[in-house]
Amino acid sequence: MTRDEALFEFLLRMGDNTLILGHRVSEWCGHSPVLEEDIALANTALDMIGQTQLWLGLAGEVEGKGRTADNLAFLRDAWDFRNVLMVELPNGDFGQTLMRQFLYDAWSFVMTDWLKGSADERIAAIAEKAHKEVTYHLERSGDTVIGLGDGTEESHRRMQAALDYLYPYCGEMFEKDKADELLAEAGIAPDPAELRAEYDDIVGRVLAEATLAIPGGDYVHKGGRNGRMHTEHLGHLLTSMQWLQRAYPGAAW
Amino acid sequence: MYAQMIKTASNGIKPREEMSEEERAFQDKIDNDIKIEPRDWMPEDYRRTLIRQIGQHAHSEVVGQLPEGNWITRAPTLERKAILLAKVQDEAGHGLYLYSAAETLGVSRDELIELLHEGKMKYSSIFNYPTLNWADIGAVGWLVDGAAIVNQVALQRTSYGPYSRAMIRICKEESFHARQGYDAIRAMAFGTPEQKRQAQDALNRLWFPALMMFGPSDAESTHSEQSMAWKIKVKSNDELRQQFVDQTIPQIEYLKLDLPDPNIKWNEERGHYDFSEPDWPEFFNVIKGNGPCNVDRMKDRVAAWDDGEWVRDGLLAHARKKAARKVAAE
Ligand SMILES: [Fe+2]
Ligand SMILES: [Fe+2]
Ligand SMILES: [Fe+2]
Repeated sequence: MTRDEALFEFLLRMGDNTLILGHRVSEWCGHSPVLEEDIALANTALDMIGQTQLWLGLAGEVEGKGRTADNLAFLRDAWDFRNVLMVELPNGDFGQTLMRQFLYDAWSFVMTDWLKGSADERIAAIAEKAHKEVTYHLERSGDTVIGLGDGTEESHRRMQAALDYLYPYCGEMFEKDKADELLAEAGIAPDPAELRAEYDDIVGRVLAEATLAIPGGDYVHKGGRNGRMHTEHLGHLLTSMQWLQRAYPGAAW
Repeated sequence: MYAQMIKTASNGIKPREEMSEEERAFQDKIDNDIKIEPRDWMPEDYRRTLIRQIGQHAHSEVVGQLPEGNWITRAPTLERKAILLAKVQDEAGHGLYLYSAAETLGVSRDELIELLHEGKMKYSSIFNYPTLNWADIGAVGWLVDGAAIVNQVALQRTSYGPYSRAMIRICKEESFHARQGYDAIRAMAFGTPEQKRQAQDALNRLWFPALMMFGPSDAESTHSEQSMAWKIKVKSNDELRQQFVDQTIPQIEYLKLDLPDPNIKWNEERGHYDFSEPDWPEFFNVIKGNGPCNVDRMKDRVAAWDDGEWVRDGLLAHARKKAARKVAAE
């Protein structure tokens, strides 16, 4: 594996996470519990789609085969996607959506914070912009998790259920393979495992304030970030997301 | 428009000599273009009419998220998806400003939402039409936001201060909405034959519903006179409709699409385009709840509200606990 191959893999992971989660969040449009949340969710989705354009744009550049961000988003099939499994899971109720957002935002916050100092200036520049957005997302999703965790009996129960369901998917964000090793050696991206301590710290603090208990057990669902095995949900998501590009190949929109 | 067929809460205009002292002073202010502010005295009918109009307008912004949201997950490029998300986010924001404007008249957002869900308030008829292909998203921005702008620019001069200011703020964003819509449909009108076909189909289907947004013809709209005297309404339905038609026909021609109505023709004498009236029986049917999407739209909104109850309750309970803890700590 060359450095550029590793870099391409890494950029797909970054861009596919934001693409797929941005898509999931956008499914809420017009259906959230209160108008302020419609606005906030649209805004979060918008930021993530913006980040996708940057990550996948750079991925195409690094790959050097003339693929654009749109080509990568709309013309790859499921096995070529490199997002973690958690982001492709269906939204569930509002609590599950916000719990996932929080568990992702906390990782994204720590990750983009590290990447601001990446040896690759292009990555550092994207991270700089993304980190500002993610900081705000994390504040919002964290506050909502606290509000609902420490709200009514029902909201607490639902948030605990969401956490129980999602927590086994968190570990995948810290998995490491050959590509990660190569980039870590070059100072381009972190060793994912190194981010875990700070992540646990943020998540631990918020969940404690939310009066939610981190589930025991250390089983980790994985297979998305290396493309080995996605969930059944991804194919359905791509079916709608890619519909126009697939149905009318070569058209400009 | 976003507010259609608002029933004015009074029977005709009172002659000046029948007005009370307060009413006369109120009307004088309006005649002199002095804005009415929340603390000012106002006739009860003026207040009630405004609540209906602003409330309906707010509901339209909120329900209007649905037909566009229908395509967010299928937007064909990242750029189009981002633009559409930004637009829909704006629309929800418009809903917020307008509910706030209505609140200055002594009605809460929750009360208005309840009235909508009980079918006692309406939203614009346009959002009861489906978005069936991607060109519809272009057409909605171009025609629907375009029609809204024509109305809302006029309403910037409306007599009620908070409503007028909300309109000024909203209009700034609406021009971006119309431009992005026109740009999206332009890409299709000049695209492949299939795209062109979609663009034409969208125009044909949405043209008359867009004209209906201005409400029935002046001859038929019984409630306008008092609203005009109060400057809640600034121009008549037909005037606004004509203005919209006049500005839109050249845009259709630029796109090289077929005109959606065989009777569209420049009338030298009037200095305006002639055009066919929309199918008014269809309009009244949509208003009554029989449009293609009325049932689904309300089902979606009511479900969103009901499913979200535990969230609103949870956040409220947390806010109370937090406040109580703060007090206890002091
Ligand atoms: Fe709007
Ligand atoms: Fe609008
Ligand atoms: Fe708009």
